[in-house]
Amino acid sequence: MTPTTRTRWAIFSLTGPAYLWLTCTVFLPIAAMLVLSFLDKSPLVPKPAGFTFDNYIAYFTKPFYRPLTLWSIQLGFWVTFCCLVIGYPAAYALAKRVKGRWREAIFLLIVLPFWSNALVRIFSWTMVLRKNGIVDVAVQSIIPGAPAVDFLGTYPAVIIGLTHSYLPYMILTCYIALQAIDDSLIEAGRSLGATKFTTFRRVVFPLSLPGIISGSALIFVPVIGSFMEPRILGGTKGATLGMNIEEQFTVTANWPLGAALSFVLLAIVLIIFGMLYPFLRRQTGVA
Amino acid sequence: MKRVVDSGVRFYLILVLIFLYLPILVMALFAFNKSPLYALPLEFDFIWFRALAENDKLLRAGLNSVLIALANTVIATSLGTMAAVAFGRYTFRGKTLLQALLFPPIAIPWLVIGTAMLFFFFWVAKMMGVPFMARGLHTILLGHVALSLPYVIFVVGARLNDYPKALEEAAATLGATPWLVFCRISVPILAPSVVAAALFAFAVSFDQFVISYFLAPPGVTTLPVEIYTSIRKGFTPEINAISTIIIVISMGLMLIVARFYRFGGERSGDE
Repeated sequence: MTPTTRTRWAIFSLTGPAYLWLTCTVFLPIAAMLVLSFLDKSPLVPKPAGFTFDNYIAYFTKPFYRPLTLWSIQLGFWVTFCCLVIGYPAAYALAKRVKGRWREAIFLLIVLPFWSNALVRIFSWTMVLRKNGIVDVAVQSIIPGAPAVDFLGTYPAVIIGLTHSYLPYMILTCYIALQAIDDSLIEAGRSLGATKFTTFRRVVFPLSLPGIISGSALIFVPVIGSFMEPRILGGTKGATLGMNIEEQFTVTANWPLGAALSFVLLAIVLIIFGMLYPFLRRQTGVA
Repeated sequence: MKRVVDSGVRFYLILVLIFLYLPILVMALFAFNKSPLYALPLEFDFIWFRALAENDKLLRAGLNSVLIALANTVIATSLGTMAAVAFGRYTFRGKTLLQALLFPPIAIPWLVIGTAMLFFFFWVAKMMGVPFMARGLHTILLGHVALSLPYVIFVVGARLNDYPKALEEAAATLGATPWLVFCRISVPILAPSVVAAALFAFAVSFDQFVISYFLAPPGVTTLPVEIYTSIRKGFTPEINAISTIIIVISMGLMLIVARFYRFGGERSGDE
């Protein structure tokens, strides 16, 4: 269809409002934030602000930020890894082993909790993991006099809570990818003499990679920027870069530094995806 | 052999479901527990639901959340459906770019988008000479719509991809006016996905914490923000009570979404 003036007008008026909205609330703020990260003081204070690299220099020279960054990245990888290890077999079982009504029911049960409030779910883990929590009481009743189980305020607590939050994403994306694989491909592999494991490794797994990749991306990005979950479950231990950014905006009110740290966070996400990109492309290019 | 494998599969799926539901059930249980210190054993009581009924702050925050979610649903669904229709119907220059622009709102961590909005709105409000306009329910709504729009466009767009255009053409050939074609063919075909997108938009807004947290001025909160503040200040089972109510509502909504998706035939290729 070649656009006439009339269709051009239609396209413009149909897409215009949505994109005007996105421009004012996402694209312009992000651009403004980039400018802010190069200023020596916030333009909201009366004094005139000047251009500076100090905010970025502060990040790279202060040793304080190194453990924060490291833990944020580790947390991203750990949670993605745990979601994959738990979620992929579940998605596989659901897509290839369970049939009919049961599949639909279990599928719904898996995606349901991810519609309950994320904050509420993190909050509920505090009642499970803390001293005198459910796990502790259960252990005490089985082995009287056992040492108190108090996970709250530890690294594993943060990983468990975040894995719980994002697991449905991984199951969902892997399920969609696995479900699209034609069963006759698997049968062909088997009838040509491949073992079950070889068929999985050479046929099923490569074809499900797009699902694994999109699931991992959907999990890694929010986890690396998380601040609420590590604060509630990790307590004073395990501060993340996200927690520090939040503090720059709400407590210390050093907005330019917070802006610079935000872009460092974005850069880390982009670098990690950039490093994985050639590998991912090679893998998905086969399909 | 097959039976053993099947029971193994079933056992594994049950374990995963237990992992997903354990904390939610524990949280709901404590909403009905009498002890304010979350002490065990459980003593059944409605005391926290009664306390909640008198907690104006929490209830007001809940009302704000519902109002914003409703407004967000109306705005995001209409604007998003319009854009999705344009993408589904027309091929034009810059279409790929416009569609690619839907990814940043999803792919940039909310923390970054939230703080960027906070700064930008403050700056605009200062330029206009009304600094107090920078934060409040209206800016929270601005942010929620921005986050919901891409999802709405994707959900409605997925339906438009396999839109049976031939039906419209057939109707037009048989003498139906464009208006009649719209009412009798286009709307019934699109309705289920628009309803699903609307419920999606409602859920996105009702759950949204990070954006609201940064854009809420002191004293004006939404439910997730209020819950976060209470958790940090030391919490009471009233939080459990209201959380239980939210979870029941959210899950009910999702069940409705699932039904609409079925009726829309979205998953007809499933079996």
